[in-house]
Amino acid sequence: MRIAVLLKQVPDTDEVKLDEEKGTMIREGIGTVINPLDLQAIEAGRQFIEQEGGTLSVFSMGPPQTEESLREAIAMGAHTATLITDRKFGGADTWATARVLSEVLKRNGPYDLILAGEKATDGETGQVGPEVAAMLGIPFSTYVSEIDKKNDGVIVKRTVEDGYETQFLPFPCLLTVLNNLNQPEMPTLSGKIRGHAAKLETVTASDLPIPEGELGLTGSPTRVSKVFYPKIQRKCEMYALSDIRKGIQRIVRELKNRAIL
Amino acid sequence: MEKENRTIPRIMVIGEVRRNTVLPVTFELAGKASELAAKIGGAVDVLLFYDRLDEPVEPIFQAGADRLLFVEDSRLGLFNQEIAVKIGLEALRLYPAQIVLAGATTSGRTVLPAMAALLHTGLTADCTGLDIEPETGLLLQTRPAIGGNVMATIKTPSHRPQMATVRPKTFPKPAPVLRSGLTERLELPEDCFSSRIVPLSYEKVSEDYTNIQDLDVVVTGGKGLKKPENFALLEKAAHLIGGGVGATRPTVEAKWVSYPHQIGLSGKVVSPKFYLAAGVSGAVQHLAGMQTAEFIVAINKDPEAGIFKIADIGLCGDLFEILPELIAALEKEREGGE
Ligand SMILES: Cc1cc2nc3c(=O)[nH]c(=O)nc-3n(C[C@H](O)[C@H](O)[C@H](O)COP(=O)(O)OP(=O)(O)OC[C@H]3O[C@@H](n4cnc5c(N)ncnc54)[C@H](O)[C@@H]3O)c2cc1C
Repeated sequence: MRIAVLLKQVPDTDEVKLDEEKGTMIREGIGTVINPLDLQAIEAGRQFIEQEGGTLSVFSMGPPQTEESLREAIAMGAHTATLITDRKFGGADTWATARVLSEVLKRNGPYDLILAGEKATDGETGQVGPEVAAMLGIPFSTYVSEIDKKNDGVIVKRTVEDGYETQFLPFPCLLTVLNNLNQPEMPTLSGKIRGHAAKLETVTASDLPIPEGELGLTGSPTRVSKVFYPKIQRKCEMYALSDIRKGIQRIVRELKNRAIL
Repeated sequence: MEKENRTIPRIMVIGEVRRNTVLPVTFELAGKASELAAKIGGAVDVLLFYDRLDEPVEPIFQAGADRLLFVEDSRLGLFNQEIAVKIGLEALRLYPAQIVLAGATTSGRTVLPAMAALLHTGLTADCTGLDIEPETGLLLQTRPAIGGNVMATIKTPSHRPQMATVRPKTFPKPAPVLRSGLTERLELPEDCFSSRIVPLSYEKVSEDYTNIQDLDVVVTGGKGLKKPENFALLEKAAHLIGGGVGATRPTVEAKWVSYPHQIGLSGKVVSPKFYLAAGVSGAVQHLAGMQTAEFIVAINKDPEAGIFKIADIGLCGDLFEILPELIAALEKEREGGE
């Protein structure tokens, strides 16, 4: 089997610091990690290969330091890693990102199975996976929380709002996965050494048959036109210490007024 | 062949029918779309596809639709994203639209990206605000960005249609207006119903599961509850006032509570009449899921906790003392009142 995993390097923090003027993120001093859901995708790919044999290839588009995350993926069990990097890719929205990823997958493929996290913790759009699948013209599923191989394809369980859907998808297909899929293991020491020593492939814009006009910011159909801080504020009646009881009575009154109690 | 000329701009809402009923987000979007349509002199189409619908369609018009486009076919029982994408694209080919909106549900967030990829156009996920830019008539799509720390307004200047998904409960359900509209059944080519994907089954979480988004009262616990067992306190309080239990992301990640209870940026948006948060710090990402609640009560031992900034009533102290007292007070009321 040939499996590809798409991964993204994201900031390692919940408390992002912002440049108040520009409304952009201050990246200095903040570590980076593999997007947590992508770890699930790597682990799912690794388990597949363990059972079925084959190769696990990881791909990431980003600045040169994304290399670190790719090496970590190799430490976790990936066989090959491809860094997709070029200034021309900068500022890509989900469409322009998917455009590049799908061309790289065509170039290095075909793959039986492509896996990715359902969404990244920074952008949170969840769009790149389905967009890549659509551009490749292969069936895909999302919100996948269980995968079982069946004949020439997979049976997946999708976690949706009010329950679970089960679907069969034939190979080749793409799946975006959730975090209850499996328990990714920490890389072993020998894995780390392998990751450190691995030779990564680098793909740049000139390796891909994409017109300049479809790359990066220029090739992105969407534009950020304004960034602002959400303003949320209410006037809070505070109760503390011996006043708590009063506060509770106040809540009871409010519940009655609202016909809840 | 296109079924009409483009004289007036159209907004298409890709609605959603699940288990034979129209999801509330469809009405929320029809309402918003009609507001937007008024600003561009346009009209609203709502697209629905299903195998069976157990309710009248009039409310869709009353919410703001000018026309209902529907596909009824026995093969549309279980969700199939490949078929949904084909239907969406075919509907847009027949009835071109300037703007396409769908709920940011697990279905909408699956189908719309694939459509946008094939249409070579932009798509903005999880919008919390939509408007029209007066000078250009462009759709302004506002969504939380950079982990919810800022809001970004996004445009699709030259690609069409302009596409967005919107989180359920972001816009209010519109007050019904007495009006009707056109209904057109789409006759689609056979190919629209062929798929490589085979949907096998659907299983409900549990029979007594109710979506917390549909409740008037939500009682949420955070890390301050310390232990999963302590969620029982919240359940008790919630039960007394007919509410459901919500949770913050760390409590879900720690598996104290299941994901369908998570409220916030990467969970659900709720907009209940009454929201109580206990042991919740009030991170922006959590606020993104509950700030539109009508009345908010917060219990936290830290007087500086961010949750107090958006609460109407704050009880500052130990939740393990306050919650039992609150529960006792509610119980007393219930006994006295009945
Ligand atoms: C991209 C992104 C998406 C996110 N999405 C979500 C999301 O959807 N939902 C979400 O909730 N979070 C989300 N988060 C995480 C968010 O940033 C916060 O980390 C999280 O909301 C904090 O949860 P908490 O309030 O339970 O825990 P904490 O921040 O640890 O707060 C615990 C609170 O309990 C109080 N407390 C402790 N003991 C007591 C006691 N005995 N009595 C009273 N009070 C007590 C403390 O004072 C504290 O304020 C997201 C983060 C990112 C970066």
